[in-house]
This record gives sequence, structure tokens and C-alpha cells, in this order.
Amino acid sequence: MGTLLIKNGRLVDPARQFDRIGDLLIIDGFCAEPGQHIGEIDQTIDATGLIVAPGFIDCHVSFREPGFDEDETIASGADAALAGGFTTVACLPETVPVIDTRASAEFIVRQGERAGRCRVLPLGAVTKNRDGKELSEIGQLIEGGAIGFSDGKQPLGNAEIMRRALQYTRMWNKPILHHAQVPELVHGGMMHEGFQSTVLGLQGMPAAAEEIMVRRDIALVETTGGRVHLMCISSRRSVEEVRQAISRGLPVTADVTPHHLLLTDESLEGYNTNYKVDPPVRTADHRAALIEGLKDNTIGLIASDHQPHAEEKKTLEIDHAPFGIVGLETLLPLCVEALITPGHLDWSQFISKLTVGPAQLLSLRAGSLQPGMPGDVTLIDPLAQWHIDSAQFRSRSRNTPFHGRAVQGRVESTIVGGEIKYVAAGRPAQEGRSP
Amino acid sequence: MSPNIPDLVAPEPWKRRHLLGLQGLDRQEIELILDHAAEFKALQQSKTKLEHLRGRVVANLFFEPSTRTRTSFSLAAKRLSADTVDFTASGSSISKGETFIDTALTIESMGVDLMVVRHSSSGAPEMLSRYLKCGILNAGDGTHEHPTQGLLDIFTIREQLGSLEGKTVTLVGDIKHSRVARSNIWGLTKLGAKVIVCGPPTLIPPGIEQLGVRVAHRFDDLLPESDVINLLRVQFERQRGTFFPSIAEYAHLFGMNRDRVRRAKKDVLILAPGPINRGVEISSDVADGPHSQILHQVTNGLFVRMACLHLLAQRQLQERAD
Repeated sequence: MGTLLIKNGRLVDPARQFDRIGDLLIIDGFCAEPGQHIGEIDQTIDATGLIVAPGFIDCHVSFREPGFDEDETIASGADAALAGGFTTVACLPETVPVIDTRASAEFIVRQGERAGRCRVLPLGAVTKNRDGKELSEIGQLIEGGAIGFSDGKQPLGNAEIMRRALQYTRMWNKPILHHAQVPELVHGGMMHEGFQSTVLGLQGMPAAAEEIMVRRDIALVETTGGRVHLMCISSRRSVEEVRQAISRGLPVTADVTPHHLLLTDESLEGYNTNYKVDPPVRTADHRAALIEGLKDNTIGLIASDHQPHAEEKKTLEIDHAPFGIVGLETLLPLCVEALITPGHLDWSQFISKLTVGPAQLLSLRAGSLQPGMPGDVTLIDPLAQWHIDSAQFRSRSRNTPFHGRAVQGRVESTIVGGEIKYVAAGRPAQEGRSP
Repeated sequence: MSPNIPDLVAPEPWKRRHLLGLQGLDRQEIELILDHAAEFKALQQSKTKLEHLRGRVVANLFFEPSTRTRTSFSLAAKRLSADTVDFTASGSSISKGETFIDTALTIESMGVDLMVVRHSSSGAPEMLSRYLKCGILNAGDGTHEHPTQGLLDIFTIREQLGSLEGKTVTLVGDIKHSRVARSNIWGLTKLGAKVIVCGPPTLIPPGIEQLGVRVAHRFDDLLPESDVINLLRVQFERQRGTFFPSIAEYAHLFGMNRDRVRRAKKDVLILAPGPINRGVEISSDVADGPHSQILHQVTNGLFVRMACLHLLAQRQLQERAD
């Protein structure tokens, strides 16, 4: 394995509330005390002008393998993750077959290892075949590698099933990642319900659909002691509910996506299906509340909600096109635009949402550069100016509304377990390799 | 062109390649279409076939069943000597692997100049306008807009009342699922009419009042003040689940019948975009009675569509010349 020295970077390690210029040493794949190694260094990276952060963690992505290789495979998804600065991703079981058995969870782990890119971890299905009726073999799934449970974009509409899932997962202290939405209230919906949906003549998805479910979940957490994580919250009241739940000491967490921080329902004008996402982007008022939630740490995580779809699936009528944006490779610059540039979060607070937050949620030994932690590192050029070009994506899919956008902030290199796995185009892979 | 028929040249200010809705049009553009339609109506008295679209190909691409609108468009194109082709398709079919855009591109490649598109999905014509080079005319998309229906309703009212300015037009029924309502609202408000939408709250979409309309739920209260009552069809096919308890209750609360006509303004105009559900939104005697504009609407639809086709075709010629 050897030694890797990252020199002169701005080390930002929110887990230790650490933000200063310095060197990071990785020995045999693990972070080490600077100066611990005496002798020759195998590889050196000059990180002058770069932020050196713990590798990003995305607590829910959809890689579509097995079942939908035309959208993404685990290998292509993991490659996209690296390009976005992610060293660990957790995959939603939105696959065919669904990840609801030990063997299928092991398949995800195996494919991730085979790809040899970032760390790929499975989220097991809460219910068999994600049909919301019977609990899947949660204990077996954990033995197969599942680090949390989710039915993906399928809400757990049956409160009794949710209650039992929250009770049952307590045995392992694993969270349930929920797409909190009352299914009957969003049936056939394509966008946020409001003035814009009325003008465009598109079936709406009311904010209440999310808010009601968030309240229900919080009530169930209160009675069961189980852990719930609310994926992609999008409404003002949801943020308020989570804020109160956290203040009552309940194990409730939430994440938000970059597109919910940047877009509003007005972007659906023109019926571009790349703006069709679930939950929908809402109004500026909701968007402002999400940003407030990040600022006061009500929302402790940011997720890409990477939802790749092959082009032929998105060039359909908006009624028929699937929901989702391919998000891993654009998360960083979009968050710079939404959060850092306007001064809502500083770099340390922002990086915390991609490291400390998800590492705690999924009980991962990751998300910090503390000596002894895995040598997972993301190098960021905070000032790089560039244009998003979906043709350059490593993901198999191109369904982004941000193609062509002028952005700032770029992932320069991604290191997993001390190995340089990704280097941005135009940057030398490493410098000063010692003889 | 026969010598005694004046050659109508599309008026200058028309600048659009597509007609996707009335939302984007300004008052002047709407009046331009209406005036042009009136010219065609006057010309039509002579029963001579006009030649404004000779050599042009108009395709009717209907992804949703329609008899009335398709026939009207088809006839409008034929009256102007265009070659027409009617194509009925289902929407995108993943199983067949062909998207609706593929279908439209295929038809366009046969040398089509103007494409009249009807689709059950809102926004489908606008999506096509980004992929196709030919002019697109929206013949109704989902619950979004139906611009020529809106125009022919307005044409009919204007013909009867002279002007829309200050007139009260009440749209009754399923506003939520109605593309006709949306096109009417955009057009009517731009021409200075006062618009009231009336229906059960379950069928009033959120934020509609931001379009400058008044929302009401009790039809009977509106009868004395309405100059025009437009009875929207109950869109059973677009409704998911029940929005009102029964058809009988709907007819009781919102149906236009003899008794309500008696309580309405003496010279109230009653419109219905059709196909009408007799006995639901309108009783038979009212539909066939003296206030009813239903058949005038159908007749005027032809001239409005002739005007729209001609304006778009002229614009296209102009673009090619530039």
C-alpha cells in the first residue's frame, strides 16, 4: 500500500472542528499522525490552494443494477461518485430484483468491490419486493452487508408496517430511510401543487403529502424508539417538524438535495422532464426554509439523490417520463452556488453535511481525517470556474437540468483508502513521487 | 385564385412560428386572429374554395381521440387548399420503443409544413416545438391549453356582443381538468372581460385567482350578473376518483336548465365547448334553446382555425424568404 502525503492543503475536518493549512499523511490506507512516518514517501500531492476534506458520503443513490443497466451500473455509478468527490455511497434497492435478501445484498457488495472504485454499500428493502406489505429479512440483509433500510421512492404508506419496521430495526440500531409522502395525495402528480401546476395543467403534488407523513413518522419514532431518516425533504413545514423532533431528542434526521436548494416550480415551464423530480421542487418560500434548516443543522445531511435514467426514458411526455436527476457529479458546484457563495454555510459546515452527517446516520467508520480513519479524501478547488457538461459525465445517464451551467468549485481528486482513484482532467495525477 | 375573391394576406404583426397557447399572446395578437377569422367568415359566404395554403401540407397528429376538433382542423386546411394528412397515434410506447417525438419526426419528414397536435399530456406540443422544424398548432394538450377552442369561444362572444370589454363571463364546472377553461381565462382577461370560475372546490385548481379571475362556488348567485355562461364539460375521463358525490348532485348544483335560464340575464349567451353531456352540465331544452351558442361555436371554429393555419403558414414563408 505505501504512503501518500498531501501537502500544503487547507485541511477541513468538521468532525474535529479542524480547519487549517497543513499536511495529511496516509499510511497503508489509513490516516496517520503527521510526522509519524519517517523515511521515504511513496507519493506526494501538492494541494496548495485546495481544500482537503474527508471523502464525501452519499446516504442514498440509485445505481439501478441489477435490472436497469441502461440507466446505470454499479461500476458506472461508482465512477460518477468518484468524479463528484464521493468515496462512499449507499445504494437504494430500486433494482430488479429488489435487494430484499441476503444474497442480493451480497451481490451489491461484490459488484462494488469488483468495480474497485468508491465504497458501495447496500441499503436493504424494508419490505419484500418494496411492496409495503411484509417486512423483508432484515437480519439476513444486515449480515449480507446492508447498512440501513429503505423502500426507495416507494413510501411506506401502511403505518403499521412502518411501526413494526421501526421496532424491528432497533435490534441493530439501523435507520429507516423514508421517502415521506402520503401516496394517495401525490397519485399521478408531476410537480409541486400550486399556482404553477395550475397554469401548466400538470397534476400537483401538495406539500401536505410530505408534511403529513413526516408527522406520522415522527409520532412512530416517538412510540417505537426506532430511527427514521427523511430523504429529500422539500417543504417548509417538514423542516419545522424535524426541528421540533430533534429538540425533543428524537432520533430523526433529514437530508436535502442541491436541486431543491436551487430550483423552484417555475422551472417546470417549458415541460423539460429533467425538472421532474420526486419530491418536487417547490416555491421560493419552501426553498428558503430548507436553507434555514441546513444553517441551524435541522438538516444534517446533503444527498445527491442520484437518479439516472437513460435518455429514451426522459424524452417522453412529462406524464410518462420518470422522476429524477443524475446528481453525483454536480453536487459540489451546485452547493457552492446555493450555500457557500451566498454565505449560508462555510466550507466546514457544508463538508460536515457530506461527511459527519451521513457517517453518523449509517454508523460508518468514515467521514473524518482523524488518525486511524480510512484514508478517504476529497480534494477540492474552491475557486475553479467551469461549465457543467453532461457529455463528460461518467454516469451512464445525462438527465440533468444543469447542463451548460457556469459553476464554481470543482473536485480535483478523490482518494479511497489511500489510493488516488480520480483526478480531474487537466491536473497531474501526482507530483514528486519519491524514488 | 378566382378574380372576385380578394387575396387575404396575413397581417404583418404576426411573428409566431407556433400557436401553443393563449398565455403567451398579447391582446393585439388575439385580436389579429379574431379579425382574420372574421375575414374568412365573410369570404366564406361565396362558397368558393380558397387557395391560401395551396401546396402546403398540414398534418393532423392526434395522440388522443377527437372527432370534432380533428374534423374542424381538417376541413379548415382543406378549405384553404392545403394537402392534409390525418394521423392518429397512441402516445409514447416503451414496448414499441418509439417515443412520441420519434412519431412526430417521422411524420414531419414526409414534408409537413404545419402540424396540428392533440395530446393527452400537458406540454407535449411545446416539447415537440423544440424538436421539430415545422409550425406546431396546439389542438389541446392534457389539462393545459386548447387555444383554438378558447379563440372560437371568444370569437362567438365578440360576434354577439360586439366587445368583451367589461362583460362578465362565467365558466362553470370542472376548471381543474379543463384546458378550455385555461385558454378562455387567458384570452378573456386580456380582452378586458371579467371572468368568474364556478365549480365545486374539488374542481377548482389552486392559485387560479392569481390569473385575475373570481372564484365562486354557488352558481345560482352568479346568474343575475353573467353576460355569458360557458358550461365546461365534466371531464369524466381525466378525473381520478370522485370529485363530487354523484352526477345528479352535480347537475342539481351546476347544471344549466330552464329554471336557471329564467333567473339569468334576459339575453344571456350560453356556450358549451362540447361534446356536451346532455342532462349533466346542460339540459337538452337549454342546449337547443334560443340562448345556446353551441352550433355557432362549431361554425366559428372553422374560421378561427383557418385564420390560425394561415397566419402560421405565412410566417413560415416569410422566415424562409428571410
